[in-house]
Amino acid sequence: MALDRWIALVLLGVCLTYGYAAWFTMDASLAPFMKRNPIWPSTFPKVLSVLGILTTLVILLGFEKGEAKEADIDYHRLTEYHLGQALLLLGLMVVYALCLRPMGFLISTSAFLILGSYILGERKWHIMLPVALIAAFSIWFLVQEVLGIYMRPLPGFIGG
Amino acid sequence: MLEGLLIGLTTAMSLQNLLMVIAGCLIGTFIGMLPGLGPMSIIAIMIPVAISMGDPSAALILLAGVYYGAIFGGSTSSILLNAPGVAGTVASSFDGYPMARQGQAGKALTIAAIASFAGGTIGALLLMIFAPALSSVALLFHSAEYFALMVVGLSAIAAFAGTGQVAKAMIMAILGLIMATVGEGALFNLPRFTMGIMDLQSGFGFITLAMAMFALPEALFLVLKPKDLQGDDGEIKDLRITGSEAKAIAPVIGRQSLQGFFIGVLPGAGATIASFLGYAVERNIAPKHEQDEFGKGSIKGLAAPETANNAACTGSFVPLLTLGIPGSGTTAILLGALIALNVTPGPRLMIDEPQIFWAVIMSMFIGNLVLLILNLPLIPYIARILAVPRNYLIPFILFFTLMGAYIGQNNATELLLLVGFGICATALKFEDYPLAPLLIGFILGGMMEDNFARSMQLYDGVAFIWERPMTLALLVIAAILVLLPSYRARRAKARAEGVAEGD
Repeated sequence: MALDRWIALVLLGVCLTYGYAAWFTMDASLAPFMKRNPIWPSTFPKVLSVLGILTTLVILLGFEKGEAKEADIDYHRLTEYHLGQALLLLGLMVVYALCLRPMGFLISTSAFLILGSYILGERKWHIMLPVALIAAFSIWFLVQEVLGIYMRPLPGFIGG
Repeated sequence: MLEGLLIGLTTAMSLQNLLMVIAGCLIGTFIGMLPGLGPMSIIAIMIPVAISMGDPSAALILLAGVYYGAIFGGSTSSILLNAPGVAGTVASSFDGYPMARQGQAGKALTIAAIASFAGGTIGALLLMIFAPALSSVALLFHSAEYFALMVVGLSAIAAFAGTGQVAKAMIMAILGLIMATVGEGALFNLPRFTMGIMDLQSGFGFITLAMAMFALPEALFLVLKPKDLQGDDGEIKDLRITGSEAKAIAPVIGRQSLQGFFIGVLPGAGATIASFLGYAVERNIAPKHEQDEFGKGSIKGLAAPETANNAACTGSFVPLLTLGIPGSGTTAILLGALIALNVTPGPRLMIDEPQIFWAVIMSMFIGNLVLLILNLPLIPYIARILAVPRNYLIPFILFFTLMGAYIGQNNATELLLLVGFGICATALKFEDYPLAPLLIGFILGGMMEDNFARSMQLYDGVAFIWERPMTLALLVIAAILVLLPSYRARRAKARAEGVAEGD
């Protein structure tokens, strides 16, 4: 089975779960006065779940034939691309998301930018360090001082 | 109309708003050139800036400037590097890049600038004529018609997706609608589908979703398959075009401004389709000897998509400003920004706050002029940004997507959602599932349910569908739009088989 059908299968699962939640779990907790309304909070989701299931079935059963296109990236040969780099960068983004609050903006951002270019193969520390530090500081300055959106600059334990 | 024009002129000509146009165009051009950051991501990044200004006219003027600048910047990288920063400028690389390879980069950029200017200006003129007319019709609309209109919009997006793509575009739009129902709902403000997670109470952030759908997959593709971003040489000279060349592209620009504008007005068919269609049409109607030049550096082949995509950008403002319905991902983001500024676009906009409407139109003229006179001499310098090595560029793109999501919500969970959705979007992109319908469905979802609920309550059931002829007509159009492509495909297939049998 080709990937686009697998995706359709996953989406079908999503729609079924969503439909189950909409049809069977939402109406019980409704207050009596709400039940007199012609439309319930679950009405629209119910319609959507049915439409979604029908559409995924159209893809899954192949009612619509499309011509095969030359994709930008052939996923069959995914390992031949820089898959490791991409996965490492995604991991780095998750770590950044988790560190942003506790470590403060300046440290996490500089570390993110330095490690990001390190993962991509950059080894010129004398350029990487100043670029990352200047960028982190100037973006923090712009966001905090110019836009007035608070971002904790330093780790909590040194009073950031 | 004259009165409106004067209101707009006085608003747009204030020093602050003029600076906004210039700043918007410059920022847009710079960032639009970077592959991986299309107008949608740039506007999403700029939204916190725009919202914190507090003045809706200034915010919309800034964002419209960024939009134009991004399209212009995207064509610069298409022409110089064959690396389009924006989907709408892919067609510009067909002929622009061969021209640059032949040492005519300067000329190609000049043609692109002039074509963009003409497309944008003519588009703004048409917008001035059509928007007030359309909005006076739209004032007759009822919530039932609004609901039906949004259904038409979403089906049109699916219908224009291309052969074999209709079901995929439709499921993406439905998925967007499904995601829009997460959080506190339209009715009684009950939390729905939050799975008890507090951070989902207010729903998904649309900037997060925009970043995850567009910027992140592009950046990951750049990591997976590095494109050579270095041009042949940095020198760009000879920006002049000759009189005969100008005469050759003038009719192309005229036709494509009109065609591009009307394609842009249609929901779902944005700058991308306008530019490809413009290119195809001009190639088909060109004389035989010129047809062979297309794809090898034809000036007509460059002028057509450049004019069409700018005219379409302007055209896409028509449904946004008159109906409050975004036709493209970018205008959907603009709509989100406007709602955050307490402005509800729609037919009432022109009556309640005419200065916003007219100021935007005037700023379109000014923005186009700024792009022409500011960017033309600056092109050789602006192009230097493309010399930034990939190892530095990609971490910064990723960082900006994270920041865009974080600043909007100030919530670290949003960043995890961003990465998760980004991975899903990349998988969907592998198999050519279109991602824009998802975002449009997501933005329209809330409004669609509101209008649906309102008409259900007014008619005490679904009777509004057949009791209001206009609603019924619109819904029939929507059904035809979805079914027509598969009917045509089946007929074409039957005919093709018939030919094969006779052989």
